[in-house]
Amino acid sequence: MEYSQKVMEHFAAPHNVGVLENANGIGEIGNAKCGDIMKMYIRVENDVIVDVKFKTYGCASAIATSSIATDMIKGQPLSEALKLTNKAVVEALDGLPAVKIHCSVLAEQAIKAAIADYYRRQGIDPTPIVGKIDDEHYTDEGCHL
Amino acid sequence: MRYVYADNAATTAVSKTALDAMMPYLTEHCGNPSSLYSIGQTAHRAIEKARQQVAAAINADKSEIYFTSGGSESDNWVIRGCAELGKKKGKCHIITTKIEHHAVLHTTAKLEKEGFEVTYIGVNDKGIVDVNDIAAAIREDTCLVTVMFANNEIGSVQPIEEIGKLCREKGVWFHTDAVQAAGHIAIDVKKQNIDFLSMSGHKFHAVKGTGVLYCKNGVKLPNLIEGGGQESGKRAGTENVPGIVALGAALEEACANIDKNAQKVSALRDRLFEGASKISHSRINGDTEKRLPGNFSMCFEGVEGESLLLMLDAVGISASSGSACTSGSLDPSHVLLAIGLKHEVAHGSLRLSIDENTSGEDVEYILEQLTPIINRLRDMSPLWERIIAEDKGE
Repeated sequence: MEYSQKVMEHFAAPHNVGVLENANGIGEIGNAKCGDIMKMYIRVENDVIVDVKFKTYGCASAIATSSIATDMIKGQPLSEALKLTNKAVVEALDGLPAVKIHCSVLAEQAIKAAIADYYRRQGIDPTPIVGKIDDEHYTDEGCHL
Repeated sequence: MRYVYADNAATTAVSKTALDAMMPYLTEHCGNPSSLYSIGQTAHRAIEKARQQVAAAINADKSEIYFTSGGSESDNWVIRGCAELGKKKGKCHIITTKIEHHAVLHTTAKLEKEGFEVTYIGVNDKGIVDVNDIAAAIREDTCLVTVMFANNEIGSVQPIEEIGKLCREKGVWFHTDAVQAAGHIAIDVKKQNIDFLSMSGHKFHAVKGTGVLYCKNGVKLPNLIEGGGQESGKRAGTENVPGIVALGAALEEACANIDKNAQKVSALRDRLFEGASKISHSRINGDTEKRLPGNFSMCFEGVEGESLLLMLDAVGISASSGSACTSGSLDPSHVLLAIGLKHEVAHGSLRLSIDENTSGEDVEYILEQLTPIINRLRDMSPLWERIIAEDKGE
């Protein structure tokens, strides 16, 4: 198992790390038992993600996917950010080892969870817009594949 | 940048002694040990010298030493061999522990599929087996007890002599996987009542792809490879002469310096524990007394092991972890779970394995680097945020 140069760059010096104090959308995905948790903070103004930060507990690829995914949605309208797929995240990192693909899914879902939280705070039901947040792999019975 | 190799439990560098000993057998003494002409016989004598060196190192007889390709082969051979012999007598029960190497656990799992019954004995929170638990598990149809000499992840040294005595009294064969122990702590197969023992050359400065199975005289272990008279006909195939020579020389050297090295290395290891224990929310894994000299294993809450070891790698430190991400499976190390750690704690494990070539400066460098790296990972960890919040009673 070897990481791409891109993964190592984002892991060694991740972008957008930290807590966004004035966030108006926060999403968290994953659990400690499985070894990865991603927490996304977004600041939305006029339907645009004007700022984003993350905190991640997990392996190098979890940190790298968080970093690049936050880059990819920063400055984007919500409608565009919702189109971000895990596949696009993997491609942007020049690939991930097969056993680490779930990290890119986490990043996609964490962004959706943050956007859903934003809508909820606005009094808008997020489900028709964001869809279902896929956190079902993280049950008590077992972890992701 | 400084480079510190701290993964000697994974593999070691070939020592000068081993390299010098093996070199002529790669070049001028290139003969096949089965050939009758002189360079063949030179190679043959070199193998027999190595066999004597190994026998002397563990107080065995030369005729009880078989060279293999490594620890995994030795473990597979002896467990499958004893199972085959046991089955003929209607003895289809094997006892082992929950903290064995996968070379043992995967072999016993395969035997279970073939109809054998296997009892997996647990360990205490320090990673040590209770001999009474083994005594309670021995049955009329038990053909083999296999317990590792010392654990590869947490360094816990097992009560081998007591287990050997028990097995001898009960008339049950006893095998120990001594891959981590050989060359590092004293082994005496007679005193410790060991019937079979596995070791691996590259864990004590010989070359990769070499190992030993000690098999007590009188046990007719089935042949592993058919096709020639090598290794008393039990393991056919032209011998790895340079590798065997290196193994003999390296083990002899390691055993000649065993006390001196253990004293030096365990002092460095204790310094690592002392320094790293200052990091909050950390724990030492394994027993601090009954422990391999070079093994350091700790867990740091709120961080994940793979990230930790890649960050250490970035500052020139080679280490290891038992997290799920590094084990390539969904769960963290079975050893860390067996000592009762929660998954989220086990994910944050770090193993450093040092040896006599490690210096005091190396150890201080590791400690200097470790704290800021853990702080950095914790700063970006939502799990750490939660741990801190819980501490504050929020």
